[in-house]
This record gives sequence, structure tokens and C-alpha cells, in this order.
Amino acid sequence: MLALGLLILASILLLGLTFWRRRAPASLRLIEAYERLNRSVGLAVENGTRLHISLGRGNFLTSRGGSALAGLAMLRRLAERTSVSDRPPVVTSGDASLAILSQDTLQAGYRAAGAEDQYRFSTGRLAGLTPFSYASGALATIHDENISANIMMGDLGAESALLVEASDREDTSLIAASDDLSAQAVFFAASQEPLIGEELFAAGAYVGAGASHEASLHVQDILRWLIILAMLVGSLLKIVGAPI
Amino acid sequence: MRVVTAAFAIAAGVIVLLGYFFPDQLGPLRVMLLDWAVIIAGMAVLVGIYNLAAVQMEKFRAGQKGGTYGILLVIALLITFGFGVVLGPENQYMQLTMNAVIVPVEASLMAILAVTLLYASIRLLRRRVDVMSVVFLVVAVIFLILVMPTPFGPILGDGATQVAMNFLGMFSGGGARGLLIGIALGTLLTGLRVLFGADRPYGGN
Repeated sequence: MLALGLLILASILLLGLTFWRRRAPASLRLIEAYERLNRSVGLAVENGTRLHISLGRGNFLTSRGGSALAGLAMLRRLAERTSVSDRPPVVTSGDASLAILSQDTLQAGYRAAGAEDQYRFSTGRLAGLTPFSYASGALATIHDENISANIMMGDLGAESALLVEASDREDTSLIAASDDLSAQAVFFAASQEPLIGEELFAAGAYVGAGASHEASLHVQDILRWLIILAMLVGSLLKIVGAPI
Repeated sequence: MRVVTAAFAIAAGVIVLLGYFFPDQLGPLRVMLLDWAVIIAGMAVLVGIYNLAAVQMEKFRAGQKGGTYGILLVIALLITFGFGVVLGPENQYMQLTMNAVIVPVEASLMAILAVTLLYASIRLLRRRVDVMSVVFLVVAVIFLILVMPTPFGPILGDGATQVAMNFLGMFSGGGARGLLIGIALGTLLTGLRVLFGADRPYGGN
């Protein structure tokens, strides 16, 4: 019942804050990695280079699907913003369902920008179905396709170190976040501005995906404070020997 | 059409979610929907593999860099798929394909990964000099020394190693839990946005 209560509370807060945010857009704190992302998008369009967006291996039948959905929400905005570029962004995924949805999302972004004829199905790719085959497939994209920025957002594991190394060798920008702790350690060691923990889910808000994304950040903050409060109260009760 | 797609997707999502809280009333419907999802995901793998082959063929046709590797991949894929359909995945030759090709290749990538990680750690201070980077490197080195196997057992002795591991584990465990709570909240809110139709990564929306 506690979980259901949390779910209902989160739903009410999300709906309420979304309507509020539509009237008064939020001012978000500066996250260097997302600043770099916005700069990279602009540079890619001007230079005629490509963005490589790696959505990881998030399977929608598991709890890892959340990070994949966050990556798709960001992709939708990036596709819209880069639709005027000569070289469309390339999206690689390590899960077949995610690859299909990435194609659908790219097409929707182009359609929204009035450039649907620019869409190519080959820009949304399944790179491989196991962690290392996925890394191998994505490596070829990083090396061979005139990439200026690599954006890795989703469920990636330790194999992401190979992608990060390739990005470094090609001297490209790297913006990376994952829901996996080992990948977060890799990104912390290898990227200029690392994204930690739930910052992965802030991508949509920082690329202008809408009021619901900004509201999500506020709800996350509120719920985090509630959890901290519950932990403190629980600790105090334990110290005083109250039955919990 | 898009409204119908969204309505179906949202309804399915809500039923599956509520099925966890009300298993007696909605459990069977939840299981049925999840079974459908598994079947669709299986078909999606075939579509995904077709996409993989089509992209590689296009690279070869257009004479792009790496196109030759692409055509090799497609030939190997067709041969393996053909033999797999005829002989079945349990056949000894199919097992040999797995054990003699895929496992060694992935193992070598794993070995490269270890070196890559070490190299990335060494270059960390060149890329970003701040307190957290120094802490990250120092803790990583201490941890490696603690777990390093020697002919004489742990380098600091059993007791001291255990104390040091517990001390480091206190911080890393707490930090990991904090990160996972943040990720869980992010996942929850992302899922809710999809359920409310604010994000619709399907049906071309």
C-alpha cells in the first residue's frame, strides 16, 4: 500500500506541477554536460558533422526501460533541432524494440520540423544484441561516420569504456549518463563533465522537451526530500528503541 | 489514428501497473498483456536483425568505410541463421559456433576493456583536476591494493584488510544506494509521463 500511495502522490504532483510549469517555465540549475550538449548540437548543424546518439540496451520488459524512455524523449527533441543539418544524427541501440522506437522517434522529430523527406531508416540502427556486440557495432559508427559529438544516454554497462575510448581517440565531444553504476564510474573517469545518477533523467528538461519534463525534476526533488525525511525519522525511532 | 494508438498504449500500461497492486482482479489480464509484449519483442528482434543487415548492405553498396566488414557480417549472419534453423540451436556444431567464435571474441573484448579502464583512470587527472577526481583515484588504488592476490594472502593481512574494506564499503555502499534511489525516482517519473501520454515514443508522435 505504501508503494501505491507513493505512486498516487507522484502522479498528483506530476500533473499539478506540469500545469503550473506550462504557465511559469522553470529556471534550471546549470549542468555543464547539458550546456555542452546544446553547443554540440549547434556545432554539428553548422559543421556538417554528425551526432551519434547511443541509447544503450534498455529492454522495455525490464526496469531498465526507464532510462531508454528518457533517452528517446531527448532524441525526439534532438531530431527536431538537427533536421536542417546535411548529415542527420545516427542512433545506435542494443535492443531490437528500442531500435524500432528510435526510428519512430527520429521520424516524428523530422515530421515535426517539416522535413520528413530527410528521414532515412538507416539512421536508427540496431548495433548488436549482446553488450560487447553492441559496443563493436557502435564503435564502427564512432570511427567511420564523421561524428563530432557522442551522446550516450541509457542503459550501458562497463562495455561503455570501449565507446568512451573510441570517442576520445576521434577527439569528439562526449556527453554520457547511464543508470548502471559501473558505467557511471567509467563515465566519471572518462568524460569532461560527468552526469551522475538521476541527472540522466533531466536530459529532456535541458533540451526543451516540455513542461512535463521540468515538472518531473521538481517531483523527483520533492520525493527525494520525503525519502530523506523518512530515513531520518526511521533512524531516530530505531535509536530510541521504538518498534518499527 | 494517433489518439487510438495512445489510448491503447496508456490503457495497457495502466492495467499492467495496477495488476501489481490488485493481483486478484487484474492479475490474469496483466499476465496476458505481458505475454503479448514478449511475443512482440521476439518479433522485434527479427525486425531489428533485418535492420542491422540492411544498414550493413547499404554501407557496402555505397562503398562506405567498413563496408567490407559489413558484407562479411551479413554473410556470417545468413549462414549461422540458416544452419540454426535447419539444425536447431542445441546442435553440437551450432554450440561450437558459440563456444569457438562468440565466447572468445567477447572474452578478448573484456580483456581490452580492463586495459582501457586502467588507461582512462590514469588520464583522469589530465582531463579534470578537482577534489573528487583525486578521491576517485586514491580510493580506486587503495581498493586494488586491498583485493590484489599475493602468494602470502592479503597484502595488509586478513584483519586490516577486512577493516579497510568495511570502511570503504560504508561510503561506496551509501553512495551507491543514493544513486540507485535517484535512478529509481527518475524511472518512476519517466514511466508516469508515458502513462499520462506526455511522452509518446510510439506511433510517430
